[in-house]
Amino acid sequence: MSVQLWTYLLVFGSFGLYIGIAIWTRAGSTKEFYIAGGGVSPIANGMATAADWMSAASFISMAGLISFLGRDGTFYLMGWTGGYVLLALLLAPYLRKFGKFTVPDFIGDRYYSKTARLIAVFCAISISLVYVIGQMNGAGIVFSRFLQVDITTGVIIGMGIVFFYAVLGGMKGITYTQVAQYCVLIFAFMVPAIFISIMMTGHFIPQIGFGAELTEAYGGGYLLDRLDGLSQELGFAVYTEGQRSTQDVFFITAALMFGTAGLPHVIIRFFTVPNVRDARKSAGYALIFIAVLYTTAPAVAAFARTNLINTVNNAEYSMMPDWFSQWETTRLIVFTDKNDDGRIQYVADPATNELEVNRDIMVLANPEIAGLPNWVVALVAAGGLAAALSTAAGLLLVISTSVAHDFLKRTFMPKITEKQELLYARIAIFLAVVVAGYVGINPPAYVAQVVAFAFGLAAASFFPAIAMGIFDKRMNKYGAISGMIVGFSFTALYIIYFRFINPAADNASNWWFGISPEGVGTLGTLANLAVAYAVSHFTPEPPQEVQDIVEYIRLPGAAPDAVAH
Amino acid sequence: MTNEHAVSYWKSNIRIVLCLLCVWFVISFGCGILFVDALDNIRFGGFKLGFWIAQQGSIFGFVILIFIYIYLMDKLDQKYDQAMAADSKRPKGGVAQ
Repeated sequence: MSVQLWTYLLVFGSFGLYIGIAIWTRAGSTKEFYIAGGGVSPIANGMATAADWMSAASFISMAGLISFLGRDGTFYLMGWTGGYVLLALLLAPYLRKFGKFTVPDFIGDRYYSKTARLIAVFCAISISLVYVIGQMNGAGIVFSRFLQVDITTGVIIGMGIVFFYAVLGGMKGITYTQVAQYCVLIFAFMVPAIFISIMMTGHFIPQIGFGAELTEAYGGGYLLDRLDGLSQELGFAVYTEGQRSTQDVFFITAALMFGTAGLPHVIIRFFTVPNVRDARKSAGYALIFIAVLYTTAPAVAAFARTNLINTVNNAEYSMMPDWFSQWETTRLIVFTDKNDDGRIQYVADPATNELEVNRDIMVLANPEIAGLPNWVVALVAAGGLAAALSTAAGLLLVISTSVAHDFLKRTFMPKITEKQELLYARIAIFLAVVVAGYVGINPPAYVAQVVAFAFGLAAASFFPAIAMGIFDKRMNKYGAISGMIVGFSFTALYIIYFRFINPAADNASNWWFGISPEGVGTLGTLANLAVAYAVSHFTPEPPQEVQDIVEYIRLPGAAPDAVAH
Repeated sequence: MTNEHAVSYWKSNIRIVLCLLCVWFVISFGCGILFVDALDNIRFGGFKLGFWIAQQGSIFGFVILIFIYIYLMDKLDQKYDQAMAADSKRPKGGVAQ
């Protein structure tokens, strides 16, 4: 069977599975299951959190970026996992004890202020919207390749499916759909990794193959040494050495970590477990499930990079395999024969380099480059879509509840009926999909980079506000509001200035303290903390009942009922 | 805080969190970023140690840290529950909740 046929089969098959599970679990008594039964088990919740969390950025984009960044790619790996330690230790148990429905709910109640709630709504919507853009772009890349259309059409198809999927109502509301999505995406990521690891190193665990010797067919020697050598030969940086400044890597890692702990669509997952103890456990399980992919990704990056160089460099253009020309039609691989010798020169020097490879295609192209069977190639497409859709649905849920629940019902239109609330929620989803799709067609950066901006914004706004709400009883609304405004706007302006207003200046010599726009969220976080702390000490302390809430969430004991998400 | 058990519970909680966050910082920012070049001089198998910690080792470390936290907090919660239960049996104990 052809790749195309397998893709249709696996993509539709997995979609059928998600919808089937949704209908099936709906048929059972949902309410009894979630509330009287006391919520979802920590393992299932861990898997669902992992699916929510691992987006097109983790699945499609990250390993590809790492394969071009080498050791510098570390900030994605550590940043997107290390944040779970912060989430588990500093936020999840307390937010569960607090027991509300959304992040703006917590901010609004803890800081006893409508203004604080509105700012939180605004931040939640902006963060989720930036994040959805990354997913649209990711889904677009998958469709463009497997339906053989250009990237714009790919994104438009992706928009349609994401919209249908999110509006279908409650798809996201069923944890077990996400459990299925986790299984599909992890299977799709691991199978090709294992195949390639066996082919190249003879080890079937990719994490071990990463540090092992290549087989005879690949020329022997340690994989990483070989890759370092190949990179140097072609004038690229040594793979296992860093290129970016230490402080930039430090700040980007920190921004991704703080952002992880402040992302609204991940935080709400911890409201679904029965009690505080399970909230802690569930963060632990989520990280295990995430770690499976995250420890494989650097191995995939190294395999893919080696294979790509081996396959294309100095090879005859007319002899290139099918996948090459198919990616060419999407314009994500571009070959210009500068010296007219009919061969591909793939080198670091832009004057003689003849091949442009979009980083985002590496994971999708990897099984084809390695010559794996067609079903494996198709499986990766289904996995990439599962990753993009599960995250997009989670984010759209945050956007729609922010608009309908936090913004309209809790603030401006308390008398709104449930039907109207649902209507506004759907309008919000529609607008978000259109905006995200429009930007997704002309993305300002690679998927994982766009997503990194969302993390910077979350780091600079929510993380400090929530953490101080728990650990600093003296923190009042004036401090929190000014902190969020300063942190968010500083980070947003820095990113907008360097990415959109003056992209020519976007290099290390113009950055503040050598920190790139991806890492500026850390400065935003620090600014937020400093401003909030200073302001709160010159303004009256919060009322007694708020201080009582803080004491209540700090202690173990019965938490309010779980809510379904 | 309304009683001494609650105060000591919160203090122990903060101590656990701070200790674990120190380890978290040393693994990720310390070994993975600040001292990565020095650690790269040590090799095992095909890996340079610093590179391995940065790309794989730290992630295993994070998982272990969270499970240590779960274990320690479970023990602390139990201790607190027992202390509260013991108090509520005594007539002149602390404030029972």
